[in-house]
Amino acid sequence: MDATYIFLQHYWWLLVSLLGALLVFLLFVQGGQSLLFTIGKNQTQQKMLLNSTGRKWEFTFTTLVTFGGAFFASFPLFYSTSFGGAYWVWILILLCFVLQAVSYEYQAKHGNLLGKKTYQIFLVINGILGPVLLGAAVGTFFNGANFIVEKQNLTDLANPVISSWKTSWHGLEAAFVIWNVLLGLAVFFLSRVLALLYFINNINDDEIRKKSRKQLLIETVLFLVFFLTFFVHLLIQEGFAVDPQTSIVSKVPCKYLHNFLQMPVVLAVLLVGVVGVLFGIGKTILSQTWKKGIWFAGTGTVLTVLALLLCAGWNNTAYYPSLSDTQSSLTISNSSSSLFTLKTMAYVSILIPLVLAYIVYAWRALDIHKITSKEMEENEHTY
Amino acid sequence: MIAEIDISLIDWSRAQFALTAFYHWLFVPLTLGLGIVQAVMETIYYKTGDEFWKKTAKFWMKLFGINFAIGVATGLILEFEFGTNWSNYSWFVGDIFGAPLAIEGVVAFFMEATFIAVMFFGWNKVSKGFHLASTWLTILGATISAFWILVANGWMQYPTGMGFNPDTVRNEMESFWAVAFSPVAINKFFHTVLSGWIIGAMFVAGISSWYLLRKREIKFALSSIKVAVVFGLIACLLSIWTGDGSASQVAKRQPMKLAAMEGLYEGDNGVNLVGIGILNPSKKEYNDNEKAFLFKIDVPIPKLLSYLAFGKFNEYVPGIKNILEGGYKQPDGAIALSAEEKIARGKLAIDALSEYKKAKADSALYANKADSIKIVLAAEIENYAETVSDDTGATSQALTADELFSGKTAEIQTKIVNSRKQLDDNFDYFGYGYIKEPKDLIPPLSLTFYAFRVMVILGGFLLLLFALATYLSYKNKFETKRWLQWTCLISIFLAIFAGQAGWVVAEVGRQPWAIQDILPTSAAISKLSTSSVQLTFFIFLALFTILLIAELKILTSAIKKGPQINEQ
Repeated sequence: MDATYIFLQHYWWLLVSLLGALLVFLLFVQGGQSLLFTIGKNQTQQKMLLNSTGRKWEFTFTTLVTFGGAFFASFPLFYSTSFGGAYWVWILILLCFVLQAVSYEYQAKHGNLLGKKTYQIFLVINGILGPVLLGAAVGTFFNGANFIVEKQNLTDLANPVISSWKTSWHGLEAAFVIWNVLLGLAVFFLSRVLALLYFINNINDDEIRKKSRKQLLIETVLFLVFFLTFFVHLLIQEGFAVDPQTSIVSKVPCKYLHNFLQMPVVLAVLLVGVVGVLFGIGKTILSQTWKKGIWFAGTGTVLTVLALLLCAGWNNTAYYPSLSDTQSSLTISNSSSSLFTLKTMAYVSILIPLVLAYIVYAWRALDIHKITSKEMEENEHTY
Repeated sequence: MIAEIDISLIDWSRAQFALTAFYHWLFVPLTLGLGIVQAVMETIYYKTGDEFWKKTAKFWMKLFGINFAIGVATGLILEFEFGTNWSNYSWFVGDIFGAPLAIEGVVAFFMEATFIAVMFFGWNKVSKGFHLASTWLTILGATISAFWILVANGWMQYPTGMGFNPDTVRNEMESFWAVAFSPVAINKFFHTVLSGWIIGAMFVAGISSWYLLRKREIKFALSSIKVAVVFGLIACLLSIWTGDGSASQVAKRQPMKLAAMEGLYEGDNGVNLVGIGILNPSKKEYNDNEKAFLFKIDVPIPKLLSYLAFGKFNEYVPGIKNILEGGYKQPDGAIALSAEEKIARGKLAIDALSEYKKAKADSALYANKADSIKIVLAAEIENYAETVSDDTGATSQALTADELFSGKTAEIQTKIVNSRKQLDDNFDYFGYGYIKEPKDLIPPLSLTFYAFRVMVILGGFLLLLFALATYLSYKNKFETKRWLQWTCLISIFLAIFAGQAGWVVAEVGRQPWAIQDILPTSAAISKLSTSSVQLTFFIFLALFTILLIAELKILTSAIKKGPQINEQ
């Protein structure tokens, strides 16, 4: 295969992984929702919490949409196989994100039909299910799914569908794989950790800060238990390797461990990421005045997730293993767009730094002014 | 597992997509139109420093925000439904179709998401100039996102800039510019965005009229109306122009859609445009002898359809029957094939693809086998040479084996070349291969026909309304014309209805195609059970309906509360 093509497939896997990593970081919005009633003990506090992480919900949402779009453009066979097959998982994810999209805007408005509490419960549902389901779905990148890809089917007039799912659960079966569930729970508790760190940074309220610091320790312990169990198993579990010459996929013991060892840069990114997360959390717990934990833990989260996703797709690994037919497994090479499309999209990707720059600029412009109870009382636009 | 794709699965998958698109299009046009109106108002505030305009802009932004959230929610579902319900489609054209969706995310959605936060929460946090820029960038982002998704939709109506690759079994992009700037896409973008502007303008004029009817917020209402009606008038005039462009694109690329829009069974030179009409319900088949209409009145300008479609009054416009039976001369001079011929050629293309794939698989398998057999044979021959003293016997034996291999290899190669040629020659009709009979190529006629009339007639009415409202508004007579205020209020619904009707024409009118001529909806779907799709259809229906009712209640409550501007 053309070297440029191989390079672009790796480049696009990097971009999709980066979007996925940013998405996991931005799930702090979901974390904030799930903590709404844990941290917020009265209406004013809840309002401050909602207006803190809530004002970033559109970034999380947009990142999810862009992650989908970029995956579609660069690896369309995943889009068609996974979304059309693991139907119920994706539909559930969509439904809980629909609830989020309307709830912030509607919950505090007059005439909202279902009442404030209902919309806040919607936010809690999205705050719990969103991270758990997304985490479990990403778990299938390592633990596989039950599908068959047969392109020849297109010429069968009675039944021309190329990708088919082999369980009638259509994706729900992923919930019965403990390792997927562990990753889902790890992502969930991580999102809560990040939310607490963001509250500490963003809300000028002593009581909320105090409570957040207290809660942080519990959430961190739970996160570490689930994440480390998943991670240790990941290093010793069997992975699906693809032979770059013959494109034949085969099972290899400790594939992901080998991937980290064979890609020292990715390993370094992982280690820096983990240190960032632990430093951000640790210093926040130890110091009563330090508020910058979110930036260390946030950057660390992005790097850690990036390294994990690169480990799933690079180094001749099948990033979406098929448990029904090993040779149907998706790799960045057999599922990617054409050279032309990847190249065209690579030109578009030059705009990404510009997009990141204006996001950072606008974010900072708003976050210089911290959330206060005074702002909540003023008759301005608030959630 | 399903042995054969069930018709009801196709219908439910289509229904689910249509439902989501219908709801999405209730909210998005208002975002597009209202976004411009509020940005203009804030610009007036920025220029004059008059607090009145700031409060006016803020009130419309509040309504914008209520409407925006649910548009975003339905949009997310639409994007993912390409994968969940149209899996084959996603692979077959994902190489082309995915790109605009990704660009939409990177270029447009982030712009929208970033600056909408500044627009809503930044009034006291950023400078006046930065805030104004954010308001404009929010609507610019929304409009750019409309561009890319309409590029994607335009490509489905008129696939261009791609080639079919039988090795990957999909279409692959060959020219990005041909896709991004296809005349169909550009036209569709302007026509669609303008329809959003009309709805936004009508919304502002209608809600303001309600205040006038209630005799409250008079200054606010009259000022808002002045901005909205001019904007609406400009949008209406431009949309007539783009609508005309759209009709001629349809005539060129989707003649069946045009015939359905007009209820035209028998084509002719110099065809009139139907003004209003009632289709004959007893006409069951395209080739029976029943009349097409119970009643119809043509637009009084003769031969208008021919002119609108092709720019010449005497040009031939084919009807449904002609398109299915073929034999007429097309605008490019070629003689049209009949539906049966197209179906036959489509089947040839699909067969050729099948042959090609088999030959390729044989070739790989054979190369492997031949290698291993040759090794065995070479050893055999060596043994043979040792036992038989006659060397020539062994040599001739070896030659025969090689010849045998080269013969088989050549046979497979010929198969590959021939099937590839057969595929390329017939690929333009690939999708027809999945069509069972010619009449399946006719879109739902009455829906297309009536939706087209609704769109055009309401569009014309709105143009007159905006013209009149502009005149009276700038003559300072709007305040006293209660009938006009009522008309404006009711017309909010008419504008939304016209926009929906437009999408019905575009999408129902192109059935059975997911991608014109290349892939029918029946071959585009995901392999799911019908009951799963039914279940999600009803979940979405219930959810969207509840959220719509909630949205309307919040909107009306916010409107009743009003902008709360001290007008003294």
